[in-house]
Amino acid sequence: MTLEHLQNYWWLLISVLGGILVFLLFVQGGQSMIFSVGDTDSRRDRMVGALGSKWELTFTTLVTFGGAFFASFPLFYSTSFGGAYWLWILILFSFVLQAVSYEYRKKGGNVYGTSTYDAFLFVNGCVGCVLLGVAVGMFFFGADFTVNRDNILSAGSPVISRWAPTHGIEAICDWRNLLLGVTVLFLARMQACLYMMNRFADDNGFFDILRRRAFINGGIFVVAFLAFVAVLLTASGYDVTTADGMNASVTEVSYKYLRNLGELPWIPVILAIGVLLVLYGLLRSVLSRHFTSGIWYSGSGTFLTVVALFCMAGYGDTAFMPSVTDPMSSLTIRNASSSEFTLTAMSYASVFIPFVIAYIWYVWSRMDKKP
Amino acid sequence: MENLTSLVDWSRLQFAITAIYHWLFVPLTLGLSVIVAVMESVYLKTKSDNWLRATKFWMTLLAINFAVGVATGLILEFEFGTNWSNYSWFVGDIFGAPLAIEGIVAFFMEATFGAVMFFGWNKVSPRFHLLSTWLTAIGASISALWILVANAWMQYPVGMEFDPAQMRNVMNDFWALFSGVAVNKFFHAVFSGWALSGVFVIGVSCYMLWRKRNVRFAVNSIKAGAWFGLAGMLLTMQTGDGSAVEVARHQPMKLAAMEGLYHGHTGQSLTGIAILNPDKEWDNAEDEYLFEISIPYGLSILANHDIDSFVPGISDIIQGISINAEGDTVSTVSYAERIERGKLAHKALAEYDAARKAGDNEALAAAESELRINYPYFGYAYFKDVKEAIPPVGLTFTMFRIMVVLGSYFLLFFVVTLILVYRKDLITRARWFQLAAMVSVPFMWICSEAGWAVAEVGRQPWTIQDLLPTCAAISDIPTSSVVITFWMFAAVFTLLLAAEVTIMCKYVDKKSKEPLYLPENA
Repeated sequence: MTLEHLQNYWWLLISVLGGILVFLLFVQGGQSMIFSVGDTDSRRDRMVGALGSKWELTFTTLVTFGGAFFASFPLFYSTSFGGAYWLWILILFSFVLQAVSYEYRKKGGNVYGTSTYDAFLFVNGCVGCVLLGVAVGMFFFGADFTVNRDNILSAGSPVISRWAPTHGIEAICDWRNLLLGVTVLFLARMQACLYMMNRFADDNGFFDILRRRAFINGGIFVVAFLAFVAVLLTASGYDVTTADGMNASVTEVSYKYLRNLGELPWIPVILAIGVLLVLYGLLRSVLSRHFTSGIWYSGSGTFLTVVALFCMAGYGDTAFMPSVTDPMSSLTIRNASSSEFTLTAMSYASVFIPFVIAYIWYVWSRMDKKP
Repeated sequence: MENLTSLVDWSRLQFAITAIYHWLFVPLTLGLSVIVAVMESVYLKTKSDNWLRATKFWMTLLAINFAVGVATGLILEFEFGTNWSNYSWFVGDIFGAPLAIEGIVAFFMEATFGAVMFFGWNKVSPRFHLLSTWLTAIGASISALWILVANAWMQYPVGMEFDPAQMRNVMNDFWALFSGVAVNKFFHAVFSGWALSGVFVIGVSCYMLWRKRNVRFAVNSIKAGAWFGLAGMLLTMQTGDGSAVEVARHQPMKLAAMEGLYHGHTGQSLTGIAILNPDKEWDNAEDEYLFEISIPYGLSILANHDIDSFVPGISDIIQGISINAEGDTVSTVSYAERIERGKLAHKALAEYDAARKAGDNEALAAAESELRINYPYFGYAYFKDVKEAIPPVGLTFTMFRIMVVLGSYFLLFFVVTLILVYRKDLITRARWFQLAAMVSVPFMWICSEAGWAVAEVGRQPWTIQDLLPTCAAISDIPTSSVVITFWMFAAVFTLLLAAEVTIMCKYVDKKSKEPLYLPENA
């Protein structure tokens, strides 16, 4: 494979990991409802039991997503994490709180009491979803940064990527990024309801509560998603030409992402299938009292939709991280990637991914099997 | 950028506190997961409920420990980006790969089968459960492998070349990452985890003996812990010896700092007990130690496995006398010259960049040639004085001694434990030993952390040996932001550690009151 093929391949893998991550955020969505849906101790415990057997998958996917980005597009890792410092620190901090809460909340001697750990789960549920949405929002709406490789030669100030002095707070305050964050939050909450409807089908009272919640959260999600799509498709983006792995020219193009849909027609097909699956999963779950498989339709749809959105951001000579300060500093899958050798070596490792998915699927089905 | 030193120091502090906390939990996971897997295997073979209870008891402690290890590990991975963004670009092409492979190959294995191990007792078959327990243990070790390969590469960067157009290093030999440094480091860390877990199991079991509860359960656990710990400690020492040879070859400055040695000799002695002279500098005539008891020829044997070999000191290395990869004494480039040649490398890179932009191929070739000659000293250009290339000698020296003294103590500890436990259950009556075992537990962690301190403090000021010092590896963020996040993480890690320790203590105390061992015919 050529370097270009490898870059395309690794962006696809990043998209796939992003899709899996957003699907698995249903764990966070459930956590954000721990005090509302889990209105009694026993319901809360059941919710935590159902979500708790999956939290590590979300967590691990987040770690792998970060690791894969580091290995395949290190300039993004370097620029975004070091630049949007506060955004990423808040995301990580919330996930630290989550990691211990499932295990410790009911343990004797947990020092801070069950309600504290439940509050940790709630915080991670809300903050994790919204801020991950904000981080992805920067893929489309850009960020305030510059990249200058020559800085490495400056002993007094050697950092090659420089960000706005607010270091990620400005990204959180951008209403377009926040819109995507809110969309992700309500998608995750809706999916959590569908997941728990699948797990608690035998509890009529709880099932009905979850169905109502799925309707409300799903409704908000649909409105927010439509608004986000409208903003995205009317937004301008950067068209980038590359020479020797560096930006040769960057042109701002109106309706860039809408144009990408036209130029890469397989993306709207995936997007449409994804959206329809989400809607089908939601509507059938809400309308039919006996339908418990909504999570699988909605989950598959979420996965496909996110993959399509990532592909829209990265393919078609698009800057997947536009710099609003200095367009020439914008990141693309060409200028931000690892070398051909590394991408090739990593591609061999990626052969394991189907096996990993297969055993996760197998274990999931064994663990969820009714006794 | 604001005050660079302050930012570098706070970034280092934040990374250090995250790594220190992370390593409180990881070695116990590495060792206890294997102990639990062995116990469950015995249970499945014997069908004895006593082994089942033992497995579940230790598995619960493993689960309590596991969660915080996962949390701190997440922060550690992302801090390479948040706090060391220049590093992430400069060597991300090489360093990122092991991290990604760890996620794909090991971390999912640990997480997926760990869920079965902790929550799947009544949901899967006993055989599948056992398989999951083993896969979790193996996954934890594979995870350690990739992380330690990455860490070793920072100390001994191989399998790469510099790409002047991109101004970064790129990989050109994946398998070179599995160098002798990496292999030794991996086994040394994993086996030290086994030893630590052995001490933990013995300490917890001795608490039961102290309280005169579940005596048979405790004795059986002590036997398992002591054999496992002894094997771990012996292997740790063996791999530690291999690590010392690797350090002597590839990081002689670190070895010199570990010894507080400024002027080396052939047949160099190993300092046993000593007080470093605080007035000693590399270029003055002060004595190295105020007081010293040393083992003749010890350091030559340790470093080169040769009683008559030369071991260079800090001043020797700075002046250009060192040993090569074959262990021979050689004249190398002095540190003053390294700084000059590093500056030549920087100048050549700047000229290369200008020629590239101007399309001047002749100048490009000349600049590249000059760059290749001087690139091995690229990182030295960031120093104004050779002193900046010396690691903190006092801390490295002290940590090395803490590690060695405590390591030797624990070797003796395991031997004594085995004698007491096999000689008519003397251990059940030896109150002094039970108390000593409980008190010893935190010292094993101190020993383990001290080992890491030697490895990481001793390689300062480098993030990548000779190529990128910490001052050039950082992110462009305000120092105040790092100060705030340092205290945020310090507070939350401390609170979580307090919770973990309290939960473990409560659990052990509660379970020790329940019958954990019943006669088989009861």
